[in-house]
Amino acid sequence: MIHLAIVSVLVIVSTVLLGLFLTTADLLPPQASLQAETVDWLFGVHWWFIAFFVSLITVFILYSVIVFRRRKGERGDGKYVTGNHQLEILWTIIPIAIVIWMAVIGASTLADVERRDPQAITVDVFASQWVWRFEYTVPVVGENGEEILTAVASDTLVLPKDQQVILRLHSQDVIHSFFVPEFRVKQDVLPGGEEFTRELRVTPKLEGEFKVRCAEICGRLHYDMQAGIMVVPGSEFDAWLQEQSGECNLSDAECGQRWSQTYGCVACHSLNGDEGVGPTWLGLFGSQVELADGSTVTADEAYLLNSIQDPNAQIVAGFPPGIMPQDFDERLAELQIQQIIAFIMSLEAE
Amino acid sequence: MRFFSTGLFRGLLAQVLGTIVGMAFVMAVRVIMGLPAWSAEASVQEPVLVGGVLIGAISFLVGVGIFDDWFKWARGISTVDSIEPDPAKPNWMRYFSVDYDHKVIGIQYGVTSLLLLGIGGTLAMLFRTELAQSGITFLNSDIFETILGYSSEHLYNTLMSLHGIVMIASILLGVGALSNYLVPLLIGANDMAFPRLNSFGFWVNVPGAIILLSSMFFGGFDTGWVGYPPLSLRAPIGMQMFLIGVYLVGLSSISGAINVIVTTFTMRAKGMSLFKMPIFVWAALATAFIQFTATQLIALSFQLIILERLLGMKFFDATAGGDPILYQHLFWFYSHPAVYVFILPGLGVISELLPVFARKPLFGYKWIAMSSLGIALVGFFVWAHHMFASGMSPYLRLPFMYATLLVAVPTGVKFFSWVGTLWEAKITLPTPMLFVLGAIIIFLLGGVTGPPLGTIATDLHLHDTYFVVGHFHNTMFGGYIFPFFAALYYWFPKLTGRMYNEKLGKLHFWAMWLAFMVLTLGMLFIGLQGMRRRVVDYDLDLGFDATHLIMTIAGFVIFFSVVVGLLNLIYSARRGKEAKGNVWNSRSPEWQISSPPPLHNYAQPFEVVGEPYDYGLPNSTYVNMTPAPDGAHGAE
Repeated sequence: MIHLAIVSVLVIVSTVLLGLFLTTADLLPPQASLQAETVDWLFGVHWWFIAFFVSLITVFILYSVIVFRRRKGERGDGKYVTGNHQLEILWTIIPIAIVIWMAVIGASTLADVERRDPQAITVDVFASQWVWRFEYTVPVVGENGEEILTAVASDTLVLPKDQQVILRLHSQDVIHSFFVPEFRVKQDVLPGGEEFTRELRVTPKLEGEFKVRCAEICGRLHYDMQAGIMVVPGSEFDAWLQEQSGECNLSDAECGQRWSQTYGCVACHSLNGDEGVGPTWLGLFGSQVELADGSTVTADEAYLLNSIQDPNAQIVAGFPPGIMPQDFDERLAELQIQQIIAFIMSLEAE
Repeated sequence: MRFFSTGLFRGLLAQVLGTIVGMAFVMAVRVIMGLPAWSAEASVQEPVLVGGVLIGAISFLVGVGIFDDWFKWARGISTVDSIEPDPAKPNWMRYFSVDYDHKVIGIQYGVTSLLLLGIGGTLAMLFRTELAQSGITFLNSDIFETILGYSSEHLYNTLMSLHGIVMIASILLGVGALSNYLVPLLIGANDMAFPRLNSFGFWVNVPGAIILLSSMFFGGFDTGWVGYPPLSLRAPIGMQMFLIGVYLVGLSSISGAINVIVTTFTMRAKGMSLFKMPIFVWAALATAFIQFTATQLIALSFQLIILERLLGMKFFDATAGGDPILYQHLFWFYSHPAVYVFILPGLGVISELLPVFARKPLFGYKWIAMSSLGIALVGFFVWAHHMFASGMSPYLRLPFMYATLLVAVPTGVKFFSWVGTLWEAKITLPTPMLFVLGAIIIFLLGGVTGPPLGTIATDLHLHDTYFVVGHFHNTMFGGYIFPFFAALYYWFPKLTGRMYNEKLGKLHFWAMWLAFMVLTLGMLFIGLQGMRRRVVDYDLDLGFDATHLIMTIAGFVIFFSVVVGLLNLIYSARRGKEAKGNVWNSRSPEWQISSPPPLHNYAQPFEVVGEPYDYGLPNSTYVNMTPAPDGAHGAE
C-alpha cells in the first residue's frame, strides 16, 4: 500500500507540473480569429488529459523499474498475480465515459467553430497549381443608377476585422488545402465545379499580416503555394474594396499590370526573364516561340490572346500542358484581357 | 558461382526477360490497333511499361520456382509434402530459393524487411538533410538532376513519398517475419498450414519491392504515399510503378493472413485452448483478420487509379461525373486498419516479453487478448478521421469522431495491464526489455497525441502538419520499430544459437530512444506551430530552422544506432557466444527445444498443461514436452 501511496502522490505532482508547462508554454501560434479561441480552449482540455495520462503511465513504470528491480544476486520471481477483473472493468468503463464526454465537447466546439453569421461577407478563393487568387463581389452603381455586381480580384486576401467571412473555395486542377495556422482552421479545396465548392468560415480578430499556405500536397511547388492575408479595420476594408472596384483610369499597359497582379498571372510568368511555372513575359512579344509540337510561331497579339483564352491550344516547348487555368476568358472582361496584352507588349527585352 | 543456381537469380533473370517480352507484347497490340508502338510521349510509354512490369512480375514468380508444385499438380503429378533440404547444397542457398520451412520463410521475410528498412531510412536521411535549414540547399545538387532528371522540388516529393511506402512495405514484411517464424513455434505446430502459399506470400514481395523502387527512375511520383487523385492522375509514370508495387505487396498480406488464421485455428498443440495461447498469437491473429478483410480495398482503390490513367475511365474526375473524395474513402478503409496491422504484432511482442523479464504473470491475459480484437474491430469504423478537412459531408464527421476516440479504450486496457504486470515484479533490464519499455513510453506518446487529432475542431488545425507526422512516427516506433528490435534481440539466440553483444545492444537502445524522443518532440512542437508536412522548404521567418537542425541530427543518430544494432547482430550470428539453452528462462515452448530449432520444430507433439505466464507460481509449467503417448491414458 505504501508503494501505491507514493506513486499516487508522484502522479499528481507530475500531472500538475506537466499540465502547467503545456498550458503556459506558447505551443500554438497567436490567436488571430474568433474560432481560434474555441479551438484553443479544447486544446487546453487535451493538455490536461495528456499531462494526466503521460504521468500516470510513466510514473508507474519508472517507479516499478526502480523499486521492483531484481537486485544483484537475487533469484526468484515476482508476486503471483494474474489479473484483477474489477480493475479491468474500471479502467474500461472510466475511459469510455471520458471519451464520450470528450466527443460531446468535441461536437459542441465544432458547432461553435462552424457557426454561420448571417451578416457574413463572402469571398471566392481560387486555388490552382501553385497560386491563390481571391475574388470579392461588390455592388456598384451602374450608368442608369441601378446596382450591378462587379467582381474585384486580388492576389492578397484582405479581410475586415471582427467580421465573419465565408470563404468559398474552388480548385481549378488538383486538391489543395486552405490553411492559416493563426486562424486554426483548414479546409481542402476541391476541383470539380459548384458541386465540389466547399466553405470555410472565419472571423479575424487580430489586425496584421498572415499567410495562407497550401496544406495538401499538390505537386512540385506545393511548398511555395502561399499568398498574403491582411486583416484591417472594417472601414479600411470598405475603402480598399471601393478603390479596387473603381475603374482603372491609368494607361492600358498600367491597367494590364494591375490585372496581372490581381489575377495572379505574374505568380507563374516572371517579368525579369526567369523561367517560372510558365514562360517569362519579358521580351515575349514579337519573339519566335517554339511549341511542344515542334512548330514555331511569332508571339503577336493574336497568339497572346489565344494563349490567354485557350491556354492548352499552343503549348510552349518545355512546359507541361494543363497547368494554366482555362477560365480567364470568363473571369476577365475583354478590355482587361486587351490591357494585359498591352502590358506584355510593353515588356521589351533590353 | 552457386548464386547463379539460386531461385532468386533465376527469378530476377526471368523478371528482366519477362518485362521485355511484356513490353513487346503491348507494343504489338498497339501496332495492331493502329497506335504508335513507342515515342517520347509519356502517354505512349506508360501502357507499354505497365504491361512490361506486370508480365515481368509474373515471370519472376515462375522463374523463382514458386509455381513448380502447382504446375505439377495441374498436370496430375504428385509432389512430396515436406521437403528435406538437399545435403549436397550449402545451407545458405535455402534462403535464396523457394523453401517451404516456415523458419526459412520467416528469416527471408525478416532480412528483406531489414533491407527495405535500410533503404527507407536512407531516403529519410536524404530529405532530412535537405530540411536541416530553410532554403533548398542540398537536393538541388546537380548530381541528383543528372542521375534522375528531375527538379529538386520533385525529388523531395519523390523521396518523401517513397520513404513512406518503402517503410510500410518493410513493416508489412517485418510483421510477416514475426508471424511466420513465431506462430508455428509458439503453438506447437511443425509448419504453417499452407507452406506453398506461405512461400508465395514471401516471394511476391520481391518483384513488388523492385517495381516500387524502380518508380524513382520512371520520373518519380509526388503524391505522398496516399496517392490522392487528381494529383496522382497527373504524376509521372513512376506513379504506376508505385501502384503496381504496392498491389503485389498487398497480395502477400492476404495470402499470409489466410495462413496465420488457418494455422492458429487448426494446428495448436494438445490442450492449447484459445485462451492458453501465447499472447503474441492473439495479436498475430487479430492482425491477420485485418489484413484478410481490408487489403482488398487498397488494391481496389489503386486499381481504379491505374485504370483511370491507362484507359481514361473517369472514376475520380468531377467534371465527368466522378468524385475525387471517393478515392479517399476507399483508400483509408484499408489504410487506417493497416496502421493496426503495423502495431498489433508489436504490441503482442510487448505483452509476450514483459512477463518473462518481469518474472510475473501477464496482468489480465484475457483482457489483453480481447483488446487486440477490440482494436482490430474498432479500427474498421474510424477511417474517415483522416478526412475531417477533406470536404466530405460535414455531418459524417461526427460519428467518425466518436468511433475514433473509442480506440483509446482497448488501447488503454493494454497500457494499464502492462503497468499491472510490472507492479511488484522482479524486473531485469537486458536489451530486449529495454526495447520493450522504450516502446511502451513512445507508444504512450503516440496514444496521447491521438485525441487532439480525434476531436474535429483541434484536428482542423493539426491536419497535414508535422503534429500528424510526429503522432504517426510515435505509433510506428512505439508500436513496431522498438518491439521489432526487442523481438530480434529476444529471439536472436533462438534463431542462431548464439548471443548478441549486450553492451552494443544497450548502446543501440539508448541512442535510438533518446534521439527518437528529440525527433518526435520536435515534430510535435513545430506541427502545433503550423509547420506543414510534405514540403521541401519552409520560410526562414517561421523560426523553424533551429528545431529542424536538431531533428536532422537526431535522425542521423537513429540511423547510425540501427547500423550499430544490425552490425552487432550480423557479427554475433557468426562469432557470438554460444547460447543453446533457455537463455531467458522462459516458460514458452520454443525455448524448451534446441537453438536453432530443428527442421520440423518439435520431435514429438507437446501438451499444454498450465497457463503460459504463471511466473511466480511454484512447481507449475506451461507445457509438458514429453507427454505420455495418447494410448497410455485412453482416448480423450
